[in-house]
Amino acid sequence: MSTHHHHGADGHDHDHDHHHHDNHYSDMQARVRALETVLTEKGLIDPAALDAIVETYETRVGPRNGALVVARAWAESDFADWLKRDATAAIASMGFTGRQGEHMRAVFNTTETHNLVVCTLCSCYPWAVLGLPPVWYKAPAYRSRAVIDPRGVLAEFGVSLPETTKIRVWDSTAELRYLVVPERPEGTEGWTQEELADLVTRDSMIGTGLASSVKGRAP
Amino acid sequence: MNGPHDLGGQMGFGPVAPEPNEPYFHGEWEKRALGITLSCGAFGAWTIDESRHARECIPPANYLSASYYEIWIRALEVLLERHGFVKPAEIEAGHAREPGAVPKRVLKADMVAGVLAKGGPCDRPLDTAPRFVVGQKVRTLNINPIGHTRLPRYARAKIGVVEAVQGSFVYPDDNAHGRGENPQWVYTVVFDGEEIWGRGSDPTLTVSIDAWESYLEPV
Repeated sequence: MSTHHHHGADGHDHDHDHHHHDNHYSDMQARVRALETVLTEKGLIDPAALDAIVETYETRVGPRNGALVVARAWAESDFADWLKRDATAAIASMGFTGRQGEHMRAVFNTTETHNLVVCTLCSCYPWAVLGLPPVWYKAPAYRSRAVIDPRGVLAEFGVSLPETTKIRVWDSTAELRYLVVPERPEGTEGWTQEELADLVTRDSMIGTGLASSVKGRAP
Repeated sequence: MNGPHDLGGQMGFGPVAPEPNEPYFHGEWEKRALGITLSCGAFGAWTIDESRHARECIPPANYLSASYYEIWIRALEVLLERHGFVKPAEIEAGHAREPGAVPKRVLKADMVAGVLAKGGPCDRPLDTAPRFVVGQKVRTLNINPIGHTRLPRYARAKIGVVEAVQGSFVYPDDNAHGRGENPQWVYTVVFDGEEIWGRGSDPTLTVSIDAWESYLEPV
């Protein structure tokens, strides 16, 4: 499948939906196409702006941003302090700002406490550092259970914490967006921040995962 | 409102199901849905609170069976019609038929990077002091408003502790309904699992919400 989509005479290409034959998919395809056409004819949207938005979140704003923030916090204690005190400013200093990252808070995992982030009411997510949220984050199973059965949810992600570990769930009910800073894996002394960032998974910054262990990998 | 979106603690949705490879988009229509939603948001005709409320007003059976991009599109159609930009018959026909409202701004491709990087901060200065202090015990109100609120059902009439004063922010319960921004102090309030879920709750669990001042009363 080509990654470049032409918007030709009928507005869309057809090579992308070989695997989607269900009616619902076709309904939404038609519904969104109709809406885009109406809005374009009225001069209310610029199809090229739509392309630019998609390109931004497909190629530029994603979880690597957050991973670099976490790696820097692991490597530089001054930065970690700043991140604790004023995450918005600390993260902005690395160039990660903007939509759904306007008001950031960083929460740090410790051996005593594991943090988990959810938005039970909608899909609030720190886009500026993690990019677009995955489908499961926005779906009812996660939103309903993260606050009442976090250990059950973590088990589905393959994460098993000691029984004594405290679990703190952050429900993003206001405009603060939370970034979990996972614990730094052992055996990473002297690693560069770029190398450390490779261990920081997207899920570890939501709290549904841990940073990757270094077993079997070398910097 | 006690709508389908207020999912914390509901049961029966099954396991969280991360997708293999987690594609950002499932077909072209989801890309266009993202771009159209953000582009129309840039009109400046409605607030994020009004758009969240429009999503919450989707009938429960539809809401719970929809993907999140579908929720966005269904709500966007309502907003576009409510604010006079398009008529239902135009979406039905898939073509513009009559002039509609003129937005303050149309998002062009060359504006996208700047608009996304700027975001939409919703902190607002207040010249009154916060009513509650860190460490104070508070009770959330037992309220069931028919309009928009960001106090989830599971956290109503519960006693918790103020952990942080996060700043002053636009009050969504008013702003969603065109009653002004009316900023208030926002607090992170943390509850023991047992206070929320009762006997049998995970003893290691604490849950926090970010609560506007008028959601809280002193204990």
